Amino acid sequence: MSVESHVLGPEQRSFQALVAANRRTDVLMASVGILVLAVAAALLTAVMVDLISSGWPRLVNPDFYTSFPSRKPEQAGIISAMVGTSLVMLVTAFISIPLAVAAGIYLEEYAPKNWLTDIIEINVSNLAGVPSIIYGLLALGLFVYGFGLGETILTAGLVLALLILPVIIVATREAIRSIPKDLREAAYGLGADKWQTVSHYVLPAARPGILTGAIVGLARAIGEAAPVITIGALTFIAFLPPAPVQATPPFINFDWLMSPFTVMPIQLFNWVSRPQAAFHINAAATGVVLMVMTLLMNGLAIYIRFKLRQHQRS
Amino acid sequence: MQPNPMPRVSAPPVSAPTTAPAGVATAAAPAALPPLRADVRKLSFWYGQTQALKQVNLPVVDRKVTALIGPSGCGKSTLLRCFNRMHDLYPGNRYEGDIRLYPEDENLVAIDPGLVRLRVGMVFQKPNPFPKSIYANVAAGLEVRGIKKRSILDERVEQSLRHAALWDEVKDRLHSSAYGLSGGQQQRLCIARALAPQPEMILFDEPTSALDPLATAKIEDLVQQLAGGVTILIVTHNMQQASRISDYTAFMLLGEMVEYGNTDQVFTAPRDQRTDQYITGRFG
Repeated sequence: MSVESHVLGPEQRSFQALVAANRRTDVLMASVGILVLAVAAALLTAVMVDLISSGWPRLVNPDFYTSFPSRKPEQAGIISAMVGTSLVMLVTAFISIPLAVAAGIYLEEYAPKNWLTDIIEINVSNLAGVPSIIYGLLALGLFVYGFGLGETILTAGLVLALLILPVIIVATREAIRSIPKDLREAAYGLGADKWQTVSHYVLPAARPGILTGAIVGLARAIGEAAPVITIGALTFIAFLPPAPVQATPPFINFDWLMSPFTVMPIQLFNWVSRPQAAFHINAAATGVVLMVMTLLMNGLAIYIRFKLRQHQRS
Repeated sequence: MQPNPMPRVSAPPVSAPTTAPAGVATAAAPAALPPLRADVRKLSFWYGQTQALKQVNLPVVDRKVTALIGPSGCGKSTLLRCFNRMHDLYPGNRYEGDIRLYPEDENLVAIDPGLVRLRVGMVFQKPNPFPKSIYANVAAGLEVRGIKKRSILDERVEQSLRHAALWDEVKDRLHSSAYGLSGGQQQRLCIARALAPQPEMILFDEPTSALDPLATAKIEDLVQQLAGGVTILIVTHNMQQASRISDYTAFMLLGEMVEYGNTDQVFTAPRDQRTDQYITGRFG
């Protein structure tokens, strides 16, 4: 290096131009990103603000959360829809998560790589894109009439479980695939067999990703109206399903599974299609509650992921 | 430190052939080898269509350190990973030939890989502790073998950590995460983890390549102390390391075994011209 290298040669000047150009590209891409984010955030905020301001009178009235639907808008509430949604989500979670995680583990760890598993893989991805009303038709034919399960909480839970199965399968596979090879080799190197490796080492490490996928799937299911309407859920339910626990033996019962029900999106749809403006207030308030439930679920997913990652790193 | 840090009470007497195995590459094998723990005979290995090992021979002397040296891509890590069948985890890999494991005289590449891995432990290039506590890491291999009794686990964990020269540094935080340890400590933890189930042989795949000189020196000391209790096969591309810590050295090139012998002999009087060129730094 010569001392007088402060004087830039032509080569170094072209480097400067190159760096400047790269920096311009960075600034441009960052601006575009911020713009897109701002538009999305503004839209969500606008919807929230609009719903909250229209639904305010009902949102602040505790009776709204404890009353059944009614012909009189000022007396109508969402208790049956909230209970219905909670129970349906319970069934959905209990069916979809174990099935999807098991399927994901099989496809990622056990399945031989051949044309059959290739076809299964492609189909799982495709299923995630099938319109939800098609699932509703399937459920109407198969669960309602074929199995004779009727228009019940069980049927709704089953159809929503089918709907989000592909989402959780894909998330499980991604989570398992992202576990570093080192970890697997360490386990196998100690003499662990495949199931020991998967259950003791791979799954715990993949748990944050799997749980996130499951909750994102459930958050999608909670807002679905089409498949639930298709199976014939009622819109006007003035009673609650039988309680799952009772004072006499055997203390728990599953009668609630076979109970008619309604869910939040159906209640919302029902009210918004009424001519009276007062029902539209109810609809807006229901919309807020539904969105809060969804956001809470997503928040829970973020929290769980954060906690588990923290636990693993500390 | 006791001279024999891992006494293998249960180790069966080794009854391997003590005569020199036939045709170790180009060099004549040492006249009389001590008892063998394993013997590689005409082993070939393919990654899919690519042949990575070509008719390799290698005796592995019981409870001694055997080093595998050679330039990058010569197949030394490939050969090492044959010993615990790591290649079986990935599709399309194929073995041909024998790795005889003594005293049973079984072909290690033909039996169930799970059986092999229960007997042959491994320490990897990059420290790879599990995201669990220090205790759980060391106990992992015991739990895999169905050992659940707390008193046995406690005893073996302490014993293994002591043998890995890590006990004094971690005895007060056995139940905190292994990720809180430094790189060198993590690697010694991995050694403790490999020692805990008392394997017959431990494979080291360039165990110090991710460590600083001080941590490297500790691992080197450790490897030397462990020999005598357990058979060690170590891959390194640091020739000083090989000459410092091994009893026997094998030089590989392009998937072939070029020379095998006492470490002193290989480094001071190599029989093959290519070995001489490699250890004097003329290529590689």
